[in-house]
Amino acid sequence: MDKVIIAKDLSLAYSSSETIINKVNFSINSGNFVFITGASGSGKSTLLKSLYGALKPKQGSLIVGGVEIKGVSRARLNFLRRHIGIVFQDYKLVKEWTIDKNIMLPLLINGYVKSVANNQVDKLLKHVRLNHQIGKFPLELSGGEQQRVAMARALAHNPVLILADEPTGNLDDYSSQLIWNLLEGANSQLNTTVIVVTHNIPKTLNVDYKHFHIEYGSIHEVC
Amino acid sequence: MKSVRNHFSLVIALLSILFSMQVFLIAERSIEAYKVNLVQNYSVIAVSKKHLEISEILKINNIIADAKELSPDSVIERLSSDMRSANVELLKLTMPKFYKLSLTRYPTPGEVKNLKSDLLRSSSITKVEDFSHTHDTTYKLLLLFKNVVALFAIVVLIVTILLIIKELRIWQYKHNERMSIMGLFGAALWLRSAVLFRLAIVDALIASFLAFGIFIYLSSSPWVLEQFNNIGINIVIFNKVDDSLLILGVAMSISILLASLIVLGHKEEA
Repeated sequence: MDKVIIAKDLSLAYSSSETIINKVNFSINSGNFVFITGASGSGKSTLLKSLYGALKPKQGSLIVGGVEIKGVSRARLNFLRRHIGIVFQDYKLVKEWTIDKNIMLPLLINGYVKSVANNQVDKLLKHVRLNHQIGKFPLELSGGEQQRVAMARALAHNPVLILADEPTGNLDDYSSQLIWNLLEGANSQLNTTVIVVTHNIPKTLNVDYKHFHIEYGSIHEVC
Repeated sequence: MKSVRNHFSLVIALLSILFSMQVFLIAERSIEAYKVNLVQNYSVIAVSKKHLEISEILKINNIIADAKELSPDSVIERLSSDMRSANVELLKLTMPKFYKLSLTRYPTPGEVKNLKSDLLRSSSITKVEDFSHTHDTTYKLLLLFKNVVALFAIVVLIVTILLIIKELRIWQYKHNERMSIMGLFGAALWLRSAVLFRLAIVDALIASFLAFGIFIYLSSSPWVLEQFNNIGINIVIFNKVDDSLLILGVAMSISILLASLIVLGHKEEA
């Protein structure tokens, strides 16, 4: 099985004085469903940031989709990000755009024709059960609905890798279940690699998953 | 309404720059036209012991456009009634020659001084009347007018630059988040900044169109035309091709510079 992510002696830090992740080694195969857990401030989100190149390794090597993140050029990083779908706890939707335009963003970046992109957006809005909200702006929706829009955006361009940073934190049960179903669906039907940073692993998940736990700057697989 | 608000601040800032620039251009043109009027009415008188060739006078200083010998007949006529004709002829021969020199442009006080000393350097010329007192007063008035207009333009420019810096900060705040989110999905720099440049170009077009409308109206306003007629100058207040292109060029350059500064100052959200 192809390895989507390979970390060798990876250290991550925001400043030279404080290292958050210290010389960790791990790999993730294509099509894996992975949970990363750990206490608050343990470095889960920091690790996720490094996976989409927002934080460069301080030491060691991190290869995502065949791209070495350390010293990666802006153009190569853009190319990598076009194959990744990201979901944030704070949604990161463009407030001045309608939800359909937000979902369309990765499609337009990936060069989809407008008519194809429109069809895909309609399909996704139905998929996340928000087709009745078309044309609305993010701030006109509830938190759960905004996260479903963010989820639809992450799935829009059929990415090979989905990174989700506490996607169900602060969500109601209905929206949380919908988000987990969508992530499960992407993984089982499209073989998309899914990496989720979370505090709690849902008990109702119907896929095999890997579980990494971060503690004191180290990462270990929980069996 | 929101969309109008988005455009309003930059359009106003751009419009004030374009307005002050065009007013400055009109003032410059007025001064130049007024100088042409003045030079037509201003000349220097040179007195020579002997007859001088016009070509010889023209060589003395290149500011001299033409020279005309003044006829002494009217003066001699007044004296001739009490004189014999032989004496009149003798007087004609011994009288100094007067030359009226017209100039290529309205000179500065320095140029008048140089011209006078150049003329006096010629051994034949004994006296030069440059009417320097009248000239200097007029020149100083012109200079004062020019400086006041320049000062006005500088003040407007400073105020507008401050307005644009404020606008830049607002735009930076407004566009940073969208640009960061687009960056997270791999948008190239041109795509991330496309909205910003589109907004800048639209604002530049709106401001140019408004400035164009204002100056087309002013250039055909009877009141404005009457003011120029009153001071005896005839200028092009607004050249529909040259001035429009200049206005559009300045507006586009400023707004594209503004958008570029925002793009260059954009920091990726980590």
